[in-house]
Amino acid sequence: MPRITVTVDGITYEEEVEPRLLLVHLLRDRLGKTGTPIGCDTGNCGACTVMLDGRSAKSCSVLAVQADECDVVTIEGLGRNGGLHPMQRAFHSEHALQCGYCTPGMIMAAIDLLRDTPDPSDEAIREGLEGNLCRCTGYSNIVRAVRRGAREMSGETPATTPGPASATTSGPASGEEVRTS
Amino acid sequence: MIPAAFDYIRPASLDEACHVLRDADASGNDVKVIAGGQSLLPLLRLRLAYPAALVDLGRLPGLRGVEDRGDHVFIGALTTHDEVLRSPAVREHVPLVALATATVADPAVRHRGTFGGSLAHADPAGDLPAVAVALDCVFIARSAEGEREIPAAEFFADYLETTLRPGEVLIGVRVPKLGAGWGFHYEKFTRTAQAWAIVGVAAAVRTEDGSIAEARIGLTNMGSTPLRARAAEEALRGLSTAHGDSGVTIPGRVHDPVRDACGQAAEGASPPSDLHARPDYRAHLARVLTYRAVRAAGS
Repeated sequence: MPRITVTVDGITYEEEVEPRLLLVHLLRDRLGKTGTPIGCDTGNCGACTVMLDGRSAKSCSVLAVQADECDVVTIEGLGRNGGLHPMQRAFHSEHALQCGYCTPGMIMAAIDLLRDTPDPSDEAIREGLEGNLCRCTGYSNIVRAVRRGAREMSGETPATTPGPASATTSGPASGEEVRTS
Repeated sequence: MIPAAFDYIRPASLDEACHVLRDADASGNDVKVIAGGQSLLPLLRLRLAYPAALVDLGRLPGLRGVEDRGDHVFIGALTTHDEVLRSPAVREHVPLVALATATVADPAVRHRGTFGGSLAHADPAGDLPAVAVALDCVFIARSAEGEREIPAAEFFADYLETTLRPGEVLIGVRVPKLGAGWGFHYEKFTRTAQAWAIVGVAAAVRTEDGSIAEARIGLTNMGSTPLRARAAEEALRGLSTAHGDSGVTIPGRVHDPVRDACGQAAEGASPPSDLHARPDYRAHLARVLTYRAVRAAGS
């Protein structure tokens, strides 16, 4: 069996993998990264989106062997110092989830979008998230959350934000917002 | 679903890849080439394909990138859709490629999926094959015997089939620059965002003094291969672009002859029937979308 080296959320793993093992199965079943859900069989829904060498990819459409020597960041690797990433906080404050199944993928796709477009219009957000489906159809709040996340990531504190949440990418979040699952 | 088991081979060089593919063919092994895998992996997961082995070309050096080569732009087969979209040479000299690529799937898929992979996959519902036939691109294939040029018109053999020979690898595509006076548009009709085209039209139009001097029209998903709408191209030649219309007949208003010419867009096509559309509806779409694409390209 092929042996691969892959870094996931900052930790380097050496794994022997069957060639047909999908990256998402490696993440979930072997490494315990169950924050990345599996939504569909066809690469449509985007729920399993992760960062692969810095850009978004659907981990159900990548073989684990293809990720050899790559750097993977999942939803579990976004937070710093036990706090949430600003985009996670924004989804929380804007109520941008109902069942929450699409949320990890939405957040990864949103962060990817902001790399090229730090201050996206609503239209650009909808385009940027076109590969991610929310079957609760809560798109309006998702778009609002991405806008808020963009403001927070650019260092601007939204006027409507109550509380002490820090507005920098690397800063720790306020204690009450920390969630572990 | 989990794909059926297969062996995995990652050649270190193009030569090695060609030899692996030739040996597999000689021994009757069913192998598939994988690059970005964005079309192949869903097929494997649905078990619509179950090759004995995958040959992963994804990391081969030298097949990735865009080069401006004077009269054409060379796009390496492993260039991702995302890289194509970021390429100044593509945007400036072969904008039709950028227009169609921007409609391919979604950003995450465009980060992984490759230009050459989409073409070699030869899905007639894919957006790039129609662009390749419209622009008369030249495909460069490499085998253990050497390099071979394949004109776009001869590259697509049938549904998901190309004229690449066993042991041949698509290494890149020459996209001709059409020069001054040309306008471009890709018009795609989909039911939902990121879906495959129900029908798509790639149009390149050269106008001269308010008339269409030359038009090239490629059709997506109007048959088992991408097609040229030759009858419409011929009918468009020489027509004035002055009279755009909305398709609604208004007494006293000049009818747009360009619309009549585009009415021949589906001539000779055998569009497929599926969940989304019957052949007659696809033919209707081809006519309407060709008009939109030609108007947008030729204005």
